[in-house]
Order: sequence, then structure tokens, then C-alpha cells
Amino acid sequence: MRFAFEDRQVEFRDQLRSFTEKECTAAEVRAAWDSELGWSPDRWAAMAELGLLGLTVPEDLGGFGFGFLDLVLLLEEAGRSGLPEPLLETVGLAVPLLLDLPGPEADGLRAEVLPRVAIGESVLTVGLSSMVAVPAAAGADLLLLEDAGELHAVAPAETRLIPRPSIDGARRPARVDWDPTPDTLLASAAESAPVLARLADRAAVGTGALLLGVADRLIASAAAYATDRHQFGVPIGSFQAVKHQLADALVRLEFARPVVYRAAWSLDSAEPAVSRHASMAKAYAAEAALGAARTALQVHGAIGYTWEHDLQLWMKKAWALSTAWGDAADHRARVLEALLAEAAGPG
Amino acid sequence: MDLRFTPEQDAFRAEVRAWLEANVPSEAKGTGPLPSLDTAEGFAAHRVWEQAMFDARLSVVSWPEEFGGRGAGLLEWLIFEEEYYRAQAPTRVGQNGIFLLAPTIFEFGTPEQQARYLPAMASAREVWCQGWSEPDAGSDLAGIRSRATRKGPEGEGGSWVLSGQKTWASRGAFADWCFGLFRTDPTAERHRGMTYFLIPMDAPGVTVRPIAQLDGETGFAEIFFEDVEVPDDQVLGEVGKGWSVAMATTNSERGLSLRSPARFTEAAGRLLALYAEQALLDPVAAGRSADAVARAAMDAEAYQLNTYWTVTRVLGGTPVGPEASMNKLHWSETDLAIHRCALDLLGPEAELLDADGRPGPWLDGFLFALAGPIYAGTNEIQRNVVAERVLGLPRS
Repeated sequence: MRFAFEDRQVEFRDQLRSFTEKECTAAEVRAAWDSELGWSPDRWAAMAELGLLGLTVPEDLGGFGFGFLDLVLLLEEAGRSGLPEPLLETVGLAVPLLLDLPGPEADGLRAEVLPRVAIGESVLTVGLSSMVAVPAAAGADLLLLEDAGELHAVAPAETRLIPRPSIDGARRPARVDWDPTPDTLLASAAESAPVLARLADRAAVGTGALLLGVADRLIASAAAYATDRHQFGVPIGSFQAVKHQLADALVRLEFARPVVYRAAWSLDSAEPAVSRHASMAKAYAAEAALGAARTALQVHGAIGYTWEHDLQLWMKKAWALSTAWGDAADHRARVLEALLAEAAGPG
Repeated sequence: MDLRFTPEQDAFRAEVRAWLEANVPSEAKGTGPLPSLDTAEGFAAHRVWEQAMFDARLSVVSWPEEFGGRGAGLLEWLIFEEEYYRAQAPTRVGQNGIFLLAPTIFEFGTPEQQARYLPAMASAREVWCQGWSEPDAGSDLAGIRSRATRKGPEGEGGSWVLSGQKTWASRGAFADWCFGLFRTDPTAERHRGMTYFLIPMDAPGVTVRPIAQLDGETGFAEIFFEDVEVPDDQVLGEVGKGWSVAMATTNSERGLSLRSPARFTEAAGRLLALYAEQALLDPVAAGRSADAVARAAMDAEAYQLNTYWTVTRVLGGTPVGPEASMNKLHWSETDLAIHRCALDLLGPEAELLDADGRPGPWLDGFLFALAGPIYAGTNEIQRNVVAERVLGLPRS
């Protein structure tokens, strides 16, 4: 039992933090939200230089071959900085999905696409037929889409996109209209089922990791504001009514962290209860971020309610990400079902 | 990161489980459950149980061997606790001493004090209660007024005379010894001039008045000190440094030592079983509690994960700091949520007492859980600690 990250994993996170502090300031996040694409191809290229985009790509295809434990702190940092680029969609979801696909049929696609992902020349996203809209669809060079339980690889030219703008200006969801054909088919429904189950688990953990970073940023901003802002001649952070809200928000965040980290370990370790761990991660992280957003706004007061103040960027991420890939109540229902099944034993 | 236990740890778990299965008093064995800890008879029965655990070197696994432990690590201690609650073994009558005082004796006690007090504590030959709170000093612990005045020569061979009143002393009605803070320098500033004393409860001048708790039993007591003479070798740590000595104890109470996650994960397991039963009887009514059951079970598991996370850090050399206050907030709220949820599932049966007029397990657990946000520093004090010492907010 050793529940801690390796030095390498922490160092990579620190490297990304140094990068985002220079290249992904709140002004940069705003600029991205205002841009046509919603994110910056230049920053994507710089992320490739850092080695971020090849993280989950196998070594023989030009990447590092790392797993979710290596990714989870980076996603947390992406949430903390508000990084607009589709890191989760490409590196956390689409690449592992391609690697999960069975059979030599997928080898060709992997050999073609993954080296390009690692050098930043291919952006991927994933979508399910149950989704209202697919995030990062407009900028993607390849869309991995589910239809009737089958997985397909669809080029942008074969799709018609109807933008469905999100309150989080970086997510850029769009309804994707497309026609499944034998040419787009990647895997049959039977082959796809376990792959899609793993995708759902990764999406829950990955979104949970982003939410940890969002909650961290919201609480840090509110604590800083409560120290600076004076009323009645004293900093508002000296009032217990303010202190206790922030303390509760921090407790929710600090207890969500190990829940998300455990789920990342379970993803990499073929742990039988991985789906329950993933759902617990999403549920916990969503509650932490929603609670942090509510508290941060209340602590800021009217200034936090303005367009001008940067607080809105992270609150909006909290709201959007907390319902993406299943809201907290959905995931709690899954956790309960799994716990009852585990208690009842096999058969 | 590796969240699996080693084969040695699994073997230790198996040993503990086997011993508990063979020895925990139970109805099936015709030996239990033991009578309530808050009666003279029950207190005596719990001492016998502790002695049996001590003889198997299981009462204090993490202590050094010379004091009756196994020198086991924190992870092994957590494994022991998981098995202990899983086996539904008796409440630890010696827990105030073992979990609150012992860490302080290890840190501040002389070798003579360690040899004198620790083995007797570990075997429950001597059971300890805590003499901290006073009628006018609860959350504001530094406001204590009980005093100790010097008698005899300075330095070696003298003694102190204690007077004052302590209250809310858990196990106080039947305990053999009391550890407490007394003011030795009335002229010093609030947080100074206090000294940590070890006092036998049968010393002349000590009077105990048991207090009935919410469940009607005398779980805690008031203790009156009228000119109680205590020799120098019953001072723990330096004279006048009682506050910092006491804070070491407080940290172990709020932090890892007392609140192993096992109590909550075990209760959450019973909650799930109760939910499954009720869902068969009345799925619609049970369904209304489904989200609350899931939340409570997740909160217990999150506490367990957080504990493993913290233990790994402690084993790496980082002490538990003010984040111990976050643990206290989380476990006390979790414990209440689990029990409140169970009572809701029981519906109209929740309020009913058993044939002896006692609350059943869930109601009893609920009453016990209600104390959690109050003792060991109220949750309001803990939120202040988190806000000021973790988030860096300005003091009031």
C-alpha cells in the first residue's frame, strides 16, 4: 500500500504548471473563449513540444506509453489553469479508445493516427449517440463516434456540425450529423461494448480530475479575495461566516482528491471495481467543484457576478463539467448499484 | 502508487481475523455481547476483554514490544482496526489512554514514566479518563482555571497541590487515572503557565460525580479536586509547558490515531445491508433514501481513502498538521449521515427501544454520532483551524 504519486508524475505536473502560468493566463483563457475555434492551435503545438500529447501513445508509435496515473495530475492542472485545449478528449479518451480496439484491423488506423497525435498534428474527439452534442467536434481531425453500439472513425468532411454552444466557452459542443458506413466501421457492437465501458470510466475519472483543478482554483481565488477585501474595517476572511464556508469547500475538495486518484490507479491496474471507483470519482469531484463555485461566488459578492471578473470562467467550467459524462446523482446511483452487487457476492 | 497490501500485511490480517473470530465475545459463544461499558459490571467485563487482547499482543499493535505492542507500522494498525470493527468486537475501554495519552507519554514522558504507565494502560489494568474541559472552559480550552500550587522544595522531591473542577470526562465514572491540565502560574499569559498532570482517581481529595448522557447512561463525569497532592514524577513534560504537551495529544485525537476509518466503513456496510433489506420490503420507500445511502457509503469510503493517502505521507516523514481538523469535520459528519440515513430507512421503527428499554444499534449509534461534532474540539473550532491554518485566512 503506497498511496502517493511518483516523483516523475509530480514533476510533469509542475512542468505543465510553469507552462500554463506563462501561456494560459486568465486573459489567454478569455481570448480562447472569444476565438472561433475555442482553443489555440499554437498552444496545442507547444503542448506537443512538452510531450503532453504523446503521453498515452505507445512508445513504438512515437509517444511515452503512459497510463491514467500519469495523466490525472495533468488533467487536474488543466482544470486549475482553465486550459481550453481538448487534452482530455484527445489524450485521455480517444487515444486509449483506439488502443483498446481489438484486432489487427485497428492497427492500420493506430499506425496512421497516433504518431500524428503525439506531434500535435491530429486532434481527436469521441462522441456517443446518447449525447446531445460532442465537445471539441469542430476542431477535430478525426471523430470516434458510437452508433447503435458500434464504433466508427469519421473524418470531419463526412460530418455536418450544428454548434450547440456551451456556457464553458472552450468546450464547443456540436451536434454531429453523419452516416455510418462499412468504411467508417471500427468495431462491431459486441467488440465495442467493453471498449465503450472503459471509455465511460475514463471519461468519469478524467472529468473528475479536471473538476478537482477547477475547485482548487475557485477556492484559492475566494481565499485570496477574502484576505484582501475589507468591510467593517477588517478583511472579510476574518469573519467566521466566511471562514466556515471556505473550510467546508476545502474539506469537500481534499476528500475528493484521493477518490479521483484511486480511480486513476484502478484504471491502470485492471481493478475489478474500476467502474464503481470511476463513478465515485466523478460524483465526488462534481460536488466539490459545484460547492466551490457556489462558495466562491458568495465570498466574492457582486463583483463575482460580473462578466468582467475572471471568477466566471472557472464557475462555468464547474457547471459544464459537473454534468458532462453523467452528473453526480447518476454516478451515485451507479455506485449504490455496484456496492449492493458486491455485497451480494458473485452470482 | 500501489493500492494493494503486501503478502506480509495480508498474513497479519488473517492472523488478527482468526484471533478475533475465536475470541470476540458473542451470543453464539455464550459470552456476549458484553454488558454496557457505562455500568460497573460492564466496565469490569471490558477490562477482562482488553487483558485478553493484551495477552495476544493485539491491544496496541503499533507500540514497541517492550510495552506490550508489536512494533507494527501504521498500515498494520489500520488493518487491525478494520478487522476489529469487522468482527464487531467490544468498545475499547482503554481508548482514552491508548489513543490520547499514550502518544503524549511516548513524546514527553521519562523512561520511568513510560515503563510505569504504558503496559498497565495497554492491558486495561489502569483505565484513563481525560481532565481537560471545565465548566467555563470548553472550546476555549486555554481558559481553564483549575490550579496546582507548589508544595515542598523546588526541583526534585517536591509535589503539587491541585484544586478545581473538570467536566465531560468520558469513562470518568469508573476510570483509575486522570490526565489533565492545571494552571501552575496564574500570572502567566493564557496559553502559558499550564502543566500536564497524571492523577490517580483514588487520591484523597478527588470526588467523581457521574453525569447521565443523552442515552441515560453515565458515560462521562465531573471530577472535583480539593487539595489533591501529586508528586513531581506525575508531571508529564515540563512545568509550565502543559499547553504544548496537551496540543500533541489533541493532534492525535483529531488526527489519525483515534479515528480509524474502520468504524465508519463498517457502519456503512451495515447501512447497505439495511437498505437491501428495506428495498425488498418496500422498494418505493427505500428508493427515496437511495441517494442518501450512496452518499453516506461514499463518504465512509472517501474517509478510508483519505486515511491511506495521509498514512503514506506520514510514512514518508511528513507529520499530520492542521489538516487533521479536516478529518474531524469529515468523519463526524459522515458518522451522523450514516446513522440518520439508517433511521430514515427504519421509518416508524426507528424511535422504538428494545425490551430492556435500551436504544437498538442504529438509534444508539445515532446518539453516539451526535457527540462527534462536539467532542475533541467542536466542528466550529475545526473550521476556524482549517480556514486560518490551511487556507491562511486572517484570525478574527
